[in-house]
Amino acid sequence: MMAAFILAFSLLTLLMFFVSYCRSLTASSLHTSISEDVRDVTGIQVRAAGRDYARVMQILQLCPDRPEDRSGLQIVGAYFSFLNLLEQGFARISPALRTWAEEERASCAHFAAVALGRRIALNREMLAQQVEL
Amino acid sequence: MSDFFGLAIWVVGMVAGVCFVTSSLIRGSFLKYFFLNLYVLLSMFADLSRQYTLRVFGLNSDQYYYVYYYTDCLLTIALFVAVISLASRVFDELNLAKFVRVVAILLLLGTAGFSYAVVAQSTDRLSTSFANELSQNLYFVGLVLTYLLWGAVLKLKETRTRLVQMILSLGLYFSAYAGSYALLNLAPKYEVVQYLAPILGCFLPISWALTTMRHSEDSRLTPARLVAVPR
Repeated sequence: MMAAFILAFSLLTLLMFFVSYCRSLTASSLHTSISEDVRDVTGIQVRAAGRDYARVMQILQLCPDRPEDRSGLQIVGAYFSFLNLLEQGFARISPALRTWAEEERASCAHFAAVALGRRIALNREMLAQQVEL
Repeated sequence: MSDFFGLAIWVVGMVAGVCFVTSSLIRGSFLKYFFLNLYVLLSMFADLSRQYTLRVFGLNSDQYYYVYYYTDCLLTIALFVAVISLASRVFDELNLAKFVRVVAILLLLGTAGFSYAVVAQSTDRLSTSFANELSQNLYFVGLVLTYLLWGAVLKLKETRTRLVQMILSLGLYFSAYAGSYALLNLAPKYEVVQYLAPILGCFLPISWALTTMRHSEDSRLTPARLVAVPR
């Protein structure tokens, strides 16, 4: 009984810390605006929305990898999947939860779009170096 | 636990520890987060000692028994000190760092006194029982302190990305560890449950290393983004 209570409590706190950790990751990119290049490639107009995430990730995989971004993108990817599950499972019960999940999905898309901008910039640098050689 | 899988987790843990200490040295944050580095260094030392005694004396030997419980106690004290060092950084701007340290020493002495009082009733292997009791009680105090610290981070609207992510990693670690411990009690017959605690041991150095590499000391974030569900 006690073990079951500890398990339930620790799962709840784990979930809370996981969401906060992911939000702290996406928050670090909120100060950076999405570059013109990314807007051109992805079709994002003003703000990234949750539905843009899959497209941004597809384009990200076409660009040369930046090891610094890899772990962050993986964690945010897991968070995005969790939000999708949440939206499909509980959104009908609570509209407020649906709005929150959609906002979070949008910040995941923004995070991925900022990472894409960095990869495009890296790609340009590499191309310029090759031209110089 | 199968020998190969156990050894693989051990290697990952050692590599993660080396990565964290190296990245701290490279990014110039070794002294700023000294107690976190000390904990990781001590956990690597404990892993090496345990592996050595396990290979030389075997799992059921007295030597392994002593090394396991004494290093466990040492690691819990180091983790407690690491939590306190993060707390004193959070409360530093309010000039409460000294107060936090005094409370920490009192808590440590209180927990040690309580553990001694519990163990003093039995005369069997007093020092090892004390180490085990102190380790468990101090671990619980550390867990509660981490949750309180997270509450303080939200209340004080802490913006330092590195500090926030290091505390969040600790919160994730403590929650997952407590969950794995409960699961072990609920379903001890499943072998996969026995792998959880060693895997979680690798989590802290990996997460801290990523934070050190990803963010500089000057990185800031919006405090409102930290609350799991904003009101």
